[in-house]
Order: sequence, then structure tokens, then C-alpha cells
Amino acid sequence: MADKKFGAYICKGCGIGERLNANQLASVATKEGKMAFAKQHDFLCNSEGVAMIQADINAGEVNHLMIAGCSKRAKMEAFNFDNVVMSRANLREGVIWVRPDTDEAKETTQEMANDYIRMACAEVRYMNLPSSSNEQNLTGHLLVVGGGITGLTSALEAAKAGYNVTLVEKSDKLGGVSGQLYKRIPNRAPFKDPQENSVVDLIAKVEANSKIKVYLSSIVAKTEGAPGRFKVEIAAESGPTTTETIGAIVQASGFKPYDANQLPHLGFGKSPDVVDQLGLELLAREANGGAIKRPSDGKEVKSVVFVQCAGQRGNKEGYLPYCSGHCCLTSVKQAMYFKDANPNIDTAIIYTDLRTPGAGGEDFYRSGQDKGVTFTKGKVSEVSPNGSNLAVKFKDLILDEEVNLETDLVVLATGMVPNSGVDIEAIPIAIEEVEGEPKKPVSDVIEFPVKGSVLNLDYRQGADMPQLVHGFTDSHFICFPYETRRTGIYAAGPVRRPMDGFQAMEDATGATLKAIQVIENSALGRAAHPRSGDLSYPKFRKEGCTQCKRCTVECPFGAINEDEKRYPFFNEARCRRCGICMGACPVRVISFENYSVETVGQAIKAVDIPDEFSEKPRILVLACENDAYPAIDMAGMNHIEYSAFVRIIPVRCLGSVNTIWITDALNSGYDGVMLMGCRKDGDYQCHFVKGSELAHIRTSKIDDTLKGLNLETERVQTLEVAITDIQRIPQLINEMAATIEKIGMSPFKF
Amino acid sequence: MTATEKYRNNFLQEVIANVEEGEWVRMCMQCGVCSGSCPLGPHWEHPPQEIFMMIRANKRQEVLSSSSMWYCTSCYNCIARCPRGLPITHIMHGLAHYGRKLGVAPKELPTIKFSMLFWENLVQKGRVNELKLGLRLYFMNGFMNGIKTALKMQKIGLGMFLTKRMTPMEMLGGHGCKDAKGLQAILKKAQQIEDAKTVKQG
Amino acid sequence: MPRQYSFYPGCSSQKGASSSNYQRSVETMCSVLDIQLNDIPDWNCCSASIGYSGGGELPRIALSARNLALSEQAHPDQDVVATCAACWLATREANERLQHDAQIMTETNQALAEAGLSVKANKKIRHMVEVLVEDIGYAEISSKVKKPLEGIKIAGYVGCQTNRPFGIAGESFENPVYLDNLIAALGADPVKNYEKKVSCCGGALAFSEPEKSQALIKDILQAAVDNGANMLVTPCPVCQMNTEVYQDQINQTYGTNFKIPVVYYSTLMDIAFGKSAKEAALDGQIIKAKQLEDLASK
Repeated sequence: MADKKFGAYICKGCGIGERLNANQLASVATKEGKMAFAKQHDFLCNSEGVAMIQADINAGEVNHLMIAGCSKRAKMEAFNFDNVVMSRANLREGVIWVRPDTDEAKETTQEMANDYIRMACAEVRYMNLPSSSNEQNLTGHLLVVGGGITGLTSALEAAKAGYNVTLVEKSDKLGGVSGQLYKRIPNRAPFKDPQENSVVDLIAKVEANSKIKVYLSSIVAKTEGAPGRFKVEIAAESGPTTTETIGAIVQASGFKPYDANQLPHLGFGKSPDVVDQLGLELLAREANGGAIKRPSDGKEVKSVVFVQCAGQRGNKEGYLPYCSGHCCLTSVKQAMYFKDANPNIDTAIIYTDLRTPGAGGEDFYRSGQDKGVTFTKGKVSEVSPNGSNLAVKFKDLILDEEVNLETDLVVLATGMVPNSGVDIEAIPIAIEEVEGEPKKPVSDVIEFPVKGSVLNLDYRQGADMPQLVHGFTDSHFICFPYETRRTGIYAAGPVRRPMDGFQAMEDATGATLKAIQVIENSALGRAAHPRSGDLSYPKFRKEGCTQCKRCTVECPFGAINEDEKRYPFFNEARCRRCGICMGACPVRVISFENYSVETVGQAIKAVDIPDEFSEKPRILVLACENDAYPAIDMAGMNHIEYSAFVRIIPVRCLGSVNTIWITDALNSGYDGVMLMGCRKDGDYQCHFVKGSELAHIRTSKIDDTLKGLNLETERVQTLEVAITDIQRIPQLINEMAATIEKIGMSPFKF
Repeated sequence: MTATEKYRNNFLQEVIANVEEGEWVRMCMQCGVCSGSCPLGPHWEHPPQEIFMMIRANKRQEVLSSSSMWYCTSCYNCIARCPRGLPITHIMHGLAHYGRKLGVAPKELPTIKFSMLFWENLVQKGRVNELKLGLRLYFMNGFMNGIKTALKMQKIGLGMFLTKRMTPMEMLGGHGCKDAKGLQAILKKAQQIEDAKTVKQG
Repeated sequence: MPRQYSFYPGCSSQKGASSSNYQRSVETMCSVLDIQLNDIPDWNCCSASIGYSGGGELPRIALSARNLALSEQAHPDQDVVATCAACWLATREANERLQHDAQIMTETNQALAEAGLSVKANKKIRHMVEVLVEDIGYAEISSKVKKPLEGIKIAGYVGCQTNRPFGIAGESFENPVYLDNLIAALGADPVKNYEKKVSCCGGALAFSEPEKSQALIKDILQAAVDNGANMLVTPCPVCQMNTEVYQDQINQTYGTNFKIPVVYYSTLMDIAFGKSAKEAALDGQIIKAKQLEDLASK
């Protein structure tokens, strides 16, 4: 961009003009904020106001705009100008709506507004127009790993949307676990009977589709690159390796059934008439609608007992702690195999909590009851062979009694174990630095394929995606369930969380759309998500770098590898533009064009700090723009008052907060600093997964700094807040103001 | 019951065939709202939730001979609250009736006696004679007990008499349908049809 | 032209029976509201809710079906109306099963044929309260009030069978408000959120299981007293009898001191309409409703 031309626009609408002295604001903008001009307008977001700004831009009079009025979260469509840089001073939600309209409050309210003008001016002076790195490249080609119902669906959906697909399946045929089922849980009204297994049709469609290329008996031996330019090696069991260029990846590696041999007390392994649910599917396929025969002696089964939660939902050694979600409905379906063939067969399902998720789950359960399936709330303690029968010992939890009953066949409803590949946190890739040796990139150290890996990622962080609880593959559960921490790679189906076939198909469709989103965005050099469309990108000043590796280690998305000289190597298309690397860098060499150590740092410094005896403290709030800042805006919309001494700056993620901002604030006389981010634990709400957690870790050491400065530790607080904390945040702010009043003003005022 | 008979469908099928609204028993989802809503719930040996489970556990004798259903006050709370819409009150009446008809219901329960007296009383004349019904109720446990109960209830009886809400004239015939014979013929025929529908067990 | 209904009085409403006072007060109420009740000729007992031991499903339905058949013959264009909760419930239940189950309809008609009758089950079966709420309306009732029941606090005890399983249209099972509205329409003060409004009094089991039932009745009375009620009002003969006549026995058993009148809504209305104590059947109260008597004699 040519020379920076600064201009301020001050809106007097929504009561701003009545509550504040606009002339004073304009004067602050031009004199202190160094704007070339400051135009006032009664209604800036109307078409005439917007046209005025656009005319100035067109005339070349301004390319760096400071707009003072409502929150930056408001009127985004109106104040949307191409090829200019813009900052917003929040005078409405942030000032007049949170302050009382009284004579006493007038002075502090005006001071608040003046400061927001100073801050927005400082910010825009240090902003630049972002330009993408031209790394982008369009590869509209999807890789699907896994040929079960999830992978087949993903491949077909992508092909339907016009993308080429490569599907890699490690076994010698398509269909996965779903392919082994006799029939399926119904997904159509009236949800009364098991439905034909449609996987056969899916397979046929995939095989017939010219856009889909299938590799059977093959694995992904190595994956390197970034969205839009992955290089994937596909290795066939028979030897040959093919390399393909891939835009995005869907990991549909599914699950394996829990090993029922771990359940001898439930008779598995002791009698062939104790089977797991897949075992029963096999018997049903053999019977093909006729009488199901038991494996031991081929006798027609006259009575069958289903044991729910076998080896799952318990804290016993070797048990899966979670619910696999489909097994109750699967048992209902399997009991119907018997009842539909012969209503006189006795079928009992022993459950502790019957869970029938999905639109038709309850109807299907009722249909099972209607067909005479007996549902018994109970806990099975033992299954053992007794002559030619099986003895089932359980406690009936409704009748509160121990029961011994005999039956022909027992089916154990065991759970799902995800095929997540290697646990990258359990097996860290340690690259020891050897004195005097040249530093090597990861790919030279790690031997691919890594044993047990699904994706074989040539990433600094490890060969597969991170795992959530219980070994399931990563997913942003709360906000973006189809997104993972590896941009351009999406987990779908039971590898992500337990689910049945129809849920897996939905999941596949969602993940495929995400994959398409990333392909299209990375082709334009834009962020895929959640800052979809963002062109800004971390720029890195190599000469200042100390190779401390914090950025490479702490980036939650594995965006940063190390180059052959051990400097960080940014993969633009993997980046989410959260700024966690910027917050991590101790020497502050990482910044975005429009969001940097300087833009925020200068805004902090721009605030007018009254002297120690003024009784006007200053509290800096760095608020996550995803949750905390909207909550503060909403507090404004609700006219919830808070202290006039607070100055709030939105940040992309609390993880982007560089501790220099805190130190600088304290050094320049702020009396308190509050950091507001999202919930950070296992049930995190951070958009960027680790940002809030990292911010908390980084600021946990701030106490030492404070003591070094001879300041009270209460002056800096790092808080977890939620977007719903509309009442709580003002309260926290007021509590901080009260604390400052108690401990006194900072001595660092100049 | 042997281990091979437990949790078999035999009794459930019998209930479906022979008990009023019995086909609903299989639809119970064991939430227990009925038991918690029953005004005399604490007095039930097996609250409705358990009765339904016992039927499905094939406990024929225990269900039909239970005193439980006879504590139903017909308040219909269970029906109003059952999330599965089971007509629980009717099922309880149906089970009670079926057990009484098979002769396995407990013989000495006051409610069974009262209920039988009520029915016999109404069949006689087509309308209930409250005085005769009341007196028979007092004496249903023998003469001495009857005197005691009658003494205890004396004051109430007097109150009812004084407010003309009970009259000794009832003893001399009292109210009734003109066509009591026709009514009896209707009931007899209805009973025949119902008996013919009952599926014989064993 | 008065509103006409095919009326099913029921056994306990007969002369010298336990709710004959209800019947008398209803007659007075109807004369004020221009309602004409035409008795179903030669009606029979419905078997209430306690006849099930002796009577199976079909015989019990046949009982109500006979009444319906007679009503259809005598008053083909009139809704069936009952004042007794059990009569209404049994008749409506039978009517619905006949409507929804073709086999029961056929079998019932086979039985009725023995007495030369047949049933179509094509009528609406209504409780008198429904007539008041839906056909007359609170406003009209209010307009007939000559002596507002000012200063009397009344607990509207709805009980079970006028409330469940059918209930009055538009009311909830857990907190029906029609009695409260009626009380207010008569100028009295309803107990708001009376906790025991829809609790069971033991019904017919008050006879066979007196101790267990009286424990329930005690709670119903206690809640009314605790809420400052001067009396209870009820739409059901069994509720009325159970909550009124056992108060002495309950006082003996529990050491309580209940002496609270329990009246029918119709009695309450008659007094408010300016009728005499006798017309309102206040002489039928075992526990005298003094406040109403005083008002009547003013």
C-alpha cells in the first residue's frame, strides 16, 4: 500500500451525540490520535454515512480508518470497505450504555470515550493491510481414509459436489463393520422394523463413480504438506507406493469391536453360544430370515438373553468407561431378528439404562416392546455354561432380587474402540539435539510409516491427530464438532465419538463439507475456520528468532514445522490465525499485519493515565473476542453498569496475549490488568482449543514479575468466563475496581 | 418356577389375552411414575411398576394372588401421569378381576369383599342400595365385628339419617330399575360373551 | 327455551341416599340458570369404580351402554349430563370404548339385544361442571349472583374423577382452576394453589380401608385449614362424603380439631343466587355451613 492516510469518523447516533462531547472526541482523534481529519456524522451507518466514507476512500483521502461509534461487532455489513485498514472505537456498548446518564458521571464517561478514541487511533496507526502469502494452490482432491459406511458416504458426497476422491481402505473390501450387518436399525418412519442393509448399494455407487479412485489393501504411508497441497503416499500391502496431491483429508478409520475375550465372567470364550453383537449378525446372516441356530449344536434358538453394557460403562479394569451409543438399539434390532422369525421365541434384554438415541430411537424401542421383547432393568454378574444351556445370573433392579435363568443363547453388547492411530501425547516425538550435529527436520528423524499410525503425518506434533478422552480422535466438541486440530484433516464417524451407522453418514457429510470449505479457502489464501476468510497471516522476523521452539510446540494446530536450520516454518494453510504463536514468542518476532504486538501495545500505551492522587485508576481488560467481548457487549445492550476506569481491548484469543502487554501496562501506570478467556479444561470452550489454557500457564508466572516490581499480586487476574456471563463480567470488573480502591493506586504513574 | 421358565412370555401372553387392557403391559418402560403417584402406594406389596415387571418375569401366581391391585382407589393419577400412556388403573382393575375370577385373589381383603358386595347389590335391582350395602359391609367379617363396626359408625349413620341422606325405608325394597330383569339378562349375556373369549390356561 | 340435557342422576342422588342433598341443590341451581334436566328413563347403576371385582370389562360396559341406549331413545338430541363424578367417568369411559373398539360395540349390542335395546354411542357425555363452564360461562353465573359470598375463603377440592383421566376441557391435571374461578365468580375468596386440590380421598376404599383412607382425608383437610379456608367445595359426591363425615373419627385418631364444612358447588351457587337454605339443601350438611346459613337468612 502507498502512504498511510489516516482519517477518523465519529458517529453521533444512538445517543452518543447527546451523552458525549463529540467535538472533544474529534479533537482527541486529530491532536492526540494523529488522524488527518475527524468527521462527525449523526447516523454514520446509514447509506449516506457509508457513502461519505466510501467517497473519501475513492478520492484517496483515507486508507486507514478509525470509526468511533458502536462496537466492532455491530454494523459489520455497513462498515465493510475493501482494501483499507480500519479500527473501531466502541463508544456505544462500551461507554454510554454501561455508564449512568448523570451529571456526576459525565466527566469519567467522557474520559472513557476519549481513551477509546486514543486507543483506536493508535491501533490503526500500527495496522497494515493483510496480504496472503501466495502459497495457495487449488487442489480440489479429497482423500478419504477408511472404506466403511463413513468413508463411503464421504467419498460419494464429495464426488457429488464435484471433487475427485481417493479412498484408501486397509482391508481387501469395502463396507467396514456396517458391511457385516444382516440388517440395520431403521432410519425411516415408522421405525418399526429392522431395515435392509444399504451398505451394498453404497459400495456399488462408489465403485461405479468415475470421480472416486479406490485403493484396497492399502495404507496411508506418509502425509506431508498443508491443506491444498498435501503430498500423500499410499502404500499397497503388495508393495507399490503411489503419491497423490491432496487438498483435504477425511479420516474415517472407524472402530474395532471391544475384545470380548476380556469378559470371561460373562461366558465369552467358555461357550460358543455366548457371542458379541457382530457374532449375532453373522448367525443372522447365516439364517437369512429363517430360524437362528446356536453355534454349539445347531439347535434352533428358542430363548436369547442380551446383556447390555458388557465390558463398557464401568470403571472395572479393562472396561470401556463410556457408552457406545448404538448397542441398545442394536440389541432391540437383534431381538427382532428372533421375534420377526418366530414371535414365540423368548427374548430378554437386560439393561441398566436403556439409551435409544436418534429421531426414531424411542419408536424402535416401543416397537420392540410391542413385539414382545422383554426389557429388564438389571445387572448381569455371570454367564456360564450349564449342560447344553447357558445360566445367566443377574440382579433384577426393579424387583430387587437375584435371578438365575437359563437360556439358549447370550449376546454381549460390547462397545466400540476407536481406530485413532498412535497417541501422539503418549509417544512424544523426541528429537534430541546432538552437540555439533547439524539440526535435522522431523522427517529425517522419524521413520515412516509409523507403526499403528493411520495418517502418518510428517508434522512436528506427531504422526496422527491429537486424541480427546478415551482415545477418540480430536474434534472441537462444543463449537465445531467436525473440526480437528489439524487444519484440512477431518475426523468423521465412530473414530470421533461412538455412534451408529446413520449418525456416521451424517458425520461423514458434515466432515466432507468442512473438507470442501478448507479446499476452497486455502485456494484463495484465506483462513478456513473459525476465522473463515481471514487473509491475515503470521509474519515472522527471522533475524530476531532465538529458535526457542515455543511457537512450534504451542501451536495447537501443528501449523508450524521447523526448517532444516531449526527455524520455525509456517504452513499458511494450516494456520487458524489465532495468534497463539504471537503470544508465545518471548522475543516478539511474530505478528500479523493487522494484529500485532504493536497494534495492541500502542493502544495500551495510548490511554491517558491520571496521576496517583486523582482517584481515577485505570484497569486494562484483555478480552477474548469470541466469548468474553460479546458478553461485555451484551452487558452494554442490557445497560448493566460497570466501572468507568476500565479500558477493554478485544484479542483474537487469550492465547495471543503476549505478556509484554501486561508488563508494559503495569510499567506505564495501569493499576490492574484483567485477562478474560474461555473455559480451558477437558471441556474447553476455547475456539482455539489451547489458547486459554496457554494464557493461564503463561500468566501463572506473572506473580514473580509483580513482586519484582513491588506490586500486589491482586493487580493481575486471569479469568475463565463464558459468553453467557453477561451479569458476571461487570461484577468481576467492579470487584477489581474495589480491590484497587482497597490496595491503592499503582506507584508507576508518570 | 424353574430357571428355564423365568422371564418367559407365557404369562404376559395370558395377560394380553385375558386381562382388560392387558396388551399395554409390554409397553411399560419402568420409569416408576405410577408407583410414585399412587395415593396408597406405600401399602402396595408390589406397586404397578413392579407388577408390570413381574408379569414380564413370568410370575403368574405372585401377581394374581397379590393384594396390591386391591389398594387401587381409582384416582387415575397413574393414568394421567404415565409417559407411555398406559391405562394403568384399568389394568389394575383387570388384573384384580382376573385373579378373583380364577379364585387366586386373597380371600380376606376388605376391598374384595366390598367390591363383590357392591356388584351383587347392583345386579339385584339395577341400582345400588347404600344402606343394605353398608350394613352387609359392616357384617362381612362376622356378627360381632359387625356390631362393633356399626357402633363405631353409629354417629356417622345418625348424621346421615338426620340430614336425610340415609333412610331405613331402603330396607323395605327401596330404589331399583323397573326392568331389573332385562338388565340382568344383559349382564348375563355380556358375561357369556366375555367368558367365551377367555383363553383357557394350562 | 331452557337448555335441555339427558340427565343421569345416579344411585347416590336418589331420595334418602348419600348425596340427595347434591341433587336438590342442583335442581335449584338449574332453575336459576334455566337448565332443564330430563332424567334417562329407568336408568341403572354404572358400577362406579369399585364394581370391577364382580364385573368384567364387557358387563361393566353393558351397564353404561344400557343407560346410553335409553338416553338415545328418549332424548336423541341431548347431551348426557351427570352430576356424580363416578357416573360421568364410567359412562364416558364406556362411550369411548364403544366408539373406538368395533368388537366391543358388536358384543355390547349383542348383550343389549337381550332387553330389546341397542346403542350407537354417538353422544357427548358431560359433567354438570362442563355445562356450567362451557355452556353457561362464569360471566353469566356471576350475573345471577344476588348475595356475593364476600369474606368467605373456600378451598376448591377438585378430587380425582372429575379431573382424571378426562378432566374438564382446557384444565390441567395437576392444577385445574375451574372451582377457583367459580368461587371467585360467586364473590368468595378461593384458596390459591391449594396443595391437595387433586389429591385422592380414598374413594370407595373409605369403606373397606378406613384407616388408610382417613390418613389421606386428614391431609386434604389439614391443607385447607392451613390455608385459612372456611370451607371446602367439591364437585363429587364421594369426595364430599369422605371429607365431611369422617372428621370426628379423624379427630379421634389424630388428635386434630377439624370441623370444616364441605359443600357442593351447587349449594354454594344457590346461596349466592339468593336462594333459601332449604332450596340450597344446606340442611344436608352434617357439619353445618354457618356462614352460608347466615347469608341465606339475611
